Amino acid sequence: MSIKKFVVGGFTDEQVLFSAVKKVRSSGYKIHDVYTPMPIHGLDKVMGLRETSLHTAGFIYGITGTTTALSGIGWIFTSDWPLNFGGKPHFSLPAWIPITFELTVLFSAVGMVMTFCYLCQLAPFVKKHHFHPRSTDDLFVMVLECTAKNNETEMSSFLGSLGAIEISVQEAEADWWFGRYDKDSKPFEKKSASLA
Amino acid sequence: MALLKYESQVRPPLVDGDKDYHQVTEDIIRPIEMSPSKLWWTGFLIAVGLLCFGIYSVYRDVTYGIGQWNLNKTVGWGWDITNFVWWVGIGHAGTLISAILLLFRQGWRTGVNRAAEAMTIFAVMCAGQFPIWHMGRVWMAFFVMPYPNSRGPLWSNFNSPLLWDVFAISTHFTVSLLFWYAGLLPDLASVRDRAKLKWRKLFYGLTSFGWTGSTKHWQRHEALSLVLAGLATPLVLSVHTIVSFDFATSVIPGWHTTIFPPYFVAGAIFSGFAMVQSLLLITRKVLKLEDYITIEHIDVMNKVIVLTGSIVGVAYLTELFIAWYGQNKFEGWAFMQNRVNLFSPLGWSYYIMMGCNVLSPQIFWFRKMRRNITVTFFMSVIVNIGMWFERFVIIVTSIYRDYLPSSWSTYYSPTPWEIGFYLGTFGLFFTCYFLFSKFFPVIALAEIKHILKRSGENYKEKMDHAEHESVDEFAHEMAH
Repeated sequence: MSIKKFVVGGFTDEQVLFSAVKKVRSSGYKIHDVYTPMPIHGLDKVMGLRETSLHTAGFIYGITGTTTALSGIGWIFTSDWPLNFGGKPHFSLPAWIPITFELTVLFSAVGMVMTFCYLCQLAPFVKKHHFHPRSTDDLFVMVLECTAKNNETEMSSFLGSLGAIEISVQEAEADWWFGRYDKDSKPFEKKSASLA
Repeated sequence: MALLKYESQVRPPLVDGDKDYHQVTEDIIRPIEMSPSKLWWTGFLIAVGLLCFGIYSVYRDVTYGIGQWNLNKTVGWGWDITNFVWWVGIGHAGTLISAILLLFRQGWRTGVNRAAEAMTIFAVMCAGQFPIWHMGRVWMAFFVMPYPNSRGPLWSNFNSPLLWDVFAISTHFTVSLLFWYAGLLPDLASVRDRAKLKWRKLFYGLTSFGWTGSTKHWQRHEALSLVLAGLATPLVLSVHTIVSFDFATSVIPGWHTTIFPPYFVAGAIFSGFAMVQSLLLITRKVLKLEDYITIEHIDVMNKVIVLTGSIVGVAYLTELFIAWYGQNKFEGWAFMQNRVNLFSPLGWSYYIMMGCNVLSPQIFWFRKMRRNITVTFFMSVIVNIGMWFERFVIIVTSIYRDYLPSSWSTYYSPTPWEIGFYLGTFGLFFTCYFLFSKFFPVIALAEIKHILKRSGENYKEKMDHAEHESVDEFAHEMAH
């Protein structure tokens, strides 16, 4: 939770954005994030983001579901309350496969979506700073973080030379907070204002 | 790294007209921002009316018991389970379009997947009503849940296909809902960021969960979609397989067959695509989305309909053949007397099924018919009538005259309350669909933008020259 200074530049074309990201990285500026209206394949690699491990999480949730179903049904039907169905074996694995499969899928899907929401801080009443309203429409918004070493005018003109339009310097909260989108509440700013 | 956006000119464009990203946003979100038309209100009120009638029918079911239905010995399952299987079947197309076609990298799914997934969720909601209210003492419905209880603990029977069904359908519903909603998040954020009215900012702010479009989030979103698609693909096949087990694991002639799982799954996709056609043909017209749900989409879906319809046809003939070849007298009776014999009490239903599901879709071998909107709409209704009769034939004609002639039932026909319950689920389905089409983007915005520069008409035209260039030249051009 900290208010930082950012230089924001919008791009209208993915091709231009790609080469811009590469140039920004090679010149040593710190990319805070790039906001895009749709997924752009390969952008994560160009930005140097590591591959997500969400798949692994999904696998772990899945086998948790498998184990839950098998151990649960197994315990119930062989030990807790062994019912006699026409003299058939109590441990009747083939008949348990449908439920085992369904629970595997259910655990994996629910677990993955919850992990996804947790990792991306997605929930109702969660609010984040939006650098440009068109970043969910038609603009690819690159946000650079100003550090003590950088000069924001230099950064702005550098972004402009790479093909960015609507370049602005914004001071904003980098983290999320609880809020509503119909109210312009920025709790962290208020706090700093009252301190001053 | 160059962004290779080239797609062969042989493939028709998936987005018509001269569009850019902003225009796509405008076109798809416009219906949400306008006040609903008179047509919308008319449809919505009819749907709500049907829903109220359904609620009244269900109220009577609970008050008087399901004895107010015409179910009898031996027809213990009639319209209720027919409707259940019919709705579940319809609920398969959305998952098929969103999951299986995603794995197969079919670009055309982007235009139809959102509405189809919504349809899936609503259809499964309708399907769920039938087994629940069929229980009669519905206040004990929670007995199907396995939890440590004070009744023994007497657990539910995990070896029973009916319990498998509970798990399969609730999992299908949950996973479809999560898949649909995960895809909706970025699009709801687009609506939120354009919103001018206070309530819209609040509503779409809440529903979009604070989505920003960060690259890391997109990367996770893509991974999530892919894995959910991978999970939903076997899931959707398993669901109707398990529904077919409700019948196939019994020893009733006409039900006790191993062909049921693939036959049911093909039938489900068949009827689901027909329902998608019915809904989308109206949606694209009313919301003016003809550029996104093009004749190409309709053509492709009609190909799926003729394919699955023919698979279903092969299954019908195989069943008939096996009924004769198996030389089981009871099986033979169920087919040759209860079904194929036109002059038996319910023989007519078999011919409606054959005519609607096997013969009539063959019209789609002709390209001109596949691309004719009136024919497509008419056929989509015919197919769903046919698929309803398929379930009716399977269920009722197998059980109304079985082993013991003295217990052959009287002619089974539904009471108004059985019909009312069915109409009520139509009300539920269309009420949900009307609300969905008013408040949510009916086309996956981000996914359309993702394919726009590859499959959009104006971009493809610009690619025309690439068709005559050598690969090296083209790659060189793209790289610089």
